[in-house]
Amino acid sequence: MSAILPPSNRLWWKQPIDKVEWAWIGIAFVWGMIMFVMMVYWHVFGKQNLSNEVYKTTPEMFAAKAEKFIAENTLRTETDLNGQQVPVVKIPPGGDGFLIARLWNWYPILELEKGQTYKIHLSSMDYLHGFSLQPVNINIEVIPGYEHVVRMTPTKSGTYAIVCNEYCGIGHHTMLGRIYVK
Amino acid sequence: MATTYRTCPSSGLQFENNAEKLMRWHAVAGVLWLLVGGITALLVILTRWPAIKLLPADEFYLILTAHGIDMIILWILHFEMAVLFFASSTLLRCRLATPKLAWLGFWLMVIGGIVCNVAIFQGGSSVMFTSYVPMQAAPHFYLGIILVAVGALIGTGIFFATLVVAKKDKTYQGSLPLVTFGAMTAAIIATFTILSGAAILIPTFFWSMGWIKEIDAQLYRMVWWGLGHSSQQINVAAHVSIWYLTAAVVFGAKPLSEKVSRFAFLLYILFLQLASAHHLLSDPGMSSEWKVLNTSYFMYFAVMASMIHGFTVPGAIEAAQRKKGYTNGLFEWLRKAPWGNPAFSGMFISLVGFGFLGGISGVVLGTEQINMLMHNTFYVPGHFHTTVVVGTTLAFMSITYILVPTLFRREMILPKLCQIQPYLYGISMSVLGLVMMGAGTLGVSRRHWDMAFSGAPFQYEWPGAAYLMMGLTGVFGVIAVVGGGLWILLVVGSLLFGKKLNGGKVSDKPTPIPLDTTAASATAHTDKDDHVAVPGTVVLALLLLVTFVLYYFVNWKYLSEVWLLS
Ligand code: HEM
Ligand SMILES: [Cu+2]
Repeated sequence: MSAILPPSNRLWWKQPIDKVEWAWIGIAFVWGMIMFVMMVYWHVFGKQNLSNEVYKTTPEMFAAKAEKFIAENTLRTETDLNGQQVPVVKIPPGGDGFLIARLWNWYPILELEKGQTYKIHLSSMDYLHGFSLQPVNINIEVIPGYEHVVRMTPTKSGTYAIVCNEYCGIGHHTMLGRIYVK
Repeated sequence: MATTYRTCPSSGLQFENNAEKLMRWHAVAGVLWLLVGGITALLVILTRWPAIKLLPADEFYLILTAHGIDMIILWILHFEMAVLFFASSTLLRCRLATPKLAWLGFWLMVIGGIVCNVAIFQGGSSVMFTSYVPMQAAPHFYLGIILVAVGALIGTGIFFATLVVAKKDKTYQGSLPLVTFGAMTAAIIATFTILSGAAILIPTFFWSMGWIKEIDAQLYRMVWWGLGHSSQQINVAAHVSIWYLTAAVVFGAKPLSEKVSRFAFLLYILFLQLASAHHLLSDPGMSSEWKVLNTSYFMYFAVMASMIHGFTVPGAIEAAQRKKGYTNGLFEWLRKAPWGNPAFSGMFISLVGFGFLGGISGVVLGTEQINMLMHNTFYVPGHFHTTVVVGTTLAFMSITYILVPTLFRREMILPKLCQIQPYLYGISMSVLGLVMMGAGTLGVSRRHWDMAFSGAPFQYEWPGAAYLMMGLTGVFGVIAVVGGGLWILLVVGSLLFGKKLNGGKVSDKPTPIPLDTTAASATAHTDKDDHVAVPGTVVLALLLLVTFVLYYFVNWKYLSEVWLLS
């Protein structure tokens, strides 16, 4: 019963390690290195990397920028299921768009074109929120006080939902936004 | 201080009176929290089951907060205190250092747990166990957790002090037993963890009292996960120690190599606690370099450590079985293992489930870019129910089948039900974890009351497969609750009604561990004779590796198919 007793060989650290164990340790090590290299490789050659462009901000500053963006680029308004008017805003291809996360909606509706790249600015007005683009399944944390500029290129046209997947209180399940890709 | 020592006649373990009482009380407190956690689990699962949707939204979030706190903090920590006292005082056969202080620690944990639960059930603290700012709970929610942490820190300190007592009283010769060494790594990580916890929860408590104006939400997440992630390493170190313990008690298994196993435990201390980064991979506030360095450089050494234990634990069992003559083919040692002994079957399911499900899913989830596919989806609780439940909780449950007769001196009641309990719980929980991960892969969110989005401004229909997965989550969740409830019933029933067993001789002096302890030690100095090949374990390990590699690259493939991001 030696795992619960002091090692029977008092000089246990001098006992040689068996070949099989060495081999397994080696495999585990090499596999770890491969996984490390994969992440770096993806930064260089992969097409899905989370942007590192982040600015400190405040809810007021971010809201002001977003309102300006909405005022300049609104295409039309849509009536949502709750009877609210929501602007549908077209981001100029290659340009900057703003998406506000707040209790409990994503604002405004964004319209994008397939194959174009957009800089989408994400921030929260209050609690943490989770940007979960469905059915694509891309998930990004949205944090108040931080403006995260994510470059996205839609690859298929359609109507997409933004689910909030960071718990934000009692209305969390109603926090659903929309993106159109033409 | 006068104390007595009792030698259990069936196991030969020696229990010091103070340590024995503390272990019992901690274990009982843990089981009671598991009961509360289990009831909340049932309510959670019945609400997330789309066809049932039992609770209204506010009650669901309240109950889910209670489930997280009562399970991952209170059940686990109380049981771990018992494990620490066992690994120090019992295995080293010495008195427990400062028992009065140990009781103070116990009561702080009890009171803290109750205070925190009162805050939750009063309703103003449905913030989940992570309590991310700026969502605010009542001050006594944080205060309760702080009290629990202080209590646990005291218990950890007493563990170290007891190691010193054993050394001073010379109750053992040579080095610490491997299990004690593993527990020591758990205790070292616990100290770090609790200090990070203090660094974040005390300011948060001040903030809830209005004494601090603001806490940065990103900073909170970073420091909080210094607590949240490292505490999972305590659990891993603790349940790996229990695997070795069970292998030793059931098979008389010797570690294949003391050096390798201890080195692997050491890696946990060196690297695991720094891996809290993998909870922040999809956050804005950290750079990619920071993420890649912290997850890979540090986590993969910890992963390597777990892969080593995953090899050496079954390897030790195989070697012990082969020495007993089960040498046919690759797997006779495993086929002829005591599958009817719940201590063994539970431990083995814990080992396999933790490795194949928890380990692999954890590493994939912790890969910087792949994390974006799963962050905050149902995949995440799916993953950690295969680590902290199939791994840790099941290991704790299985060792209890050994502890009830030795520590509590009661025979287990209803042995047939004891036999099936680990299978019922372990298998249903493993499947639950898998279908939760399945739902998460399809995008379904965690901590989310309504996948139909009632009341939302737009509509979104999850694919039918997602509803199927959530339905299966419901079914297997309910079975798992039955399996967990059965364990509580068996344990509490045995404590109350089990046949009383002879406690064994009591003396007022400890009997030190005799020098020449194992039968093997007669030949151990010629190491070569002692060596047994473990081909079955090699095959199992390679199977793990192949599964791991395939699943890992499948996820890169999924990632390459989503929108382009830069
Ligand atoms: C019978 C057993 C159990 C069932 C059916 C169960 C079920 C669940 C489910 C479905 C969730 C996710 C809820 C959601 O995100 O919407 C969850 C969360 C959780 N469970 Fe369990 N669980 C069980 C046992 C345990 C045990 C034994 C532990 C710990 C040792 C545990 C720890 C947790 C934690 C920490 C969370 C996260 C809570 C949060 O998101 O804040 N569970 N459980
Ligand atoms: Cu939300």
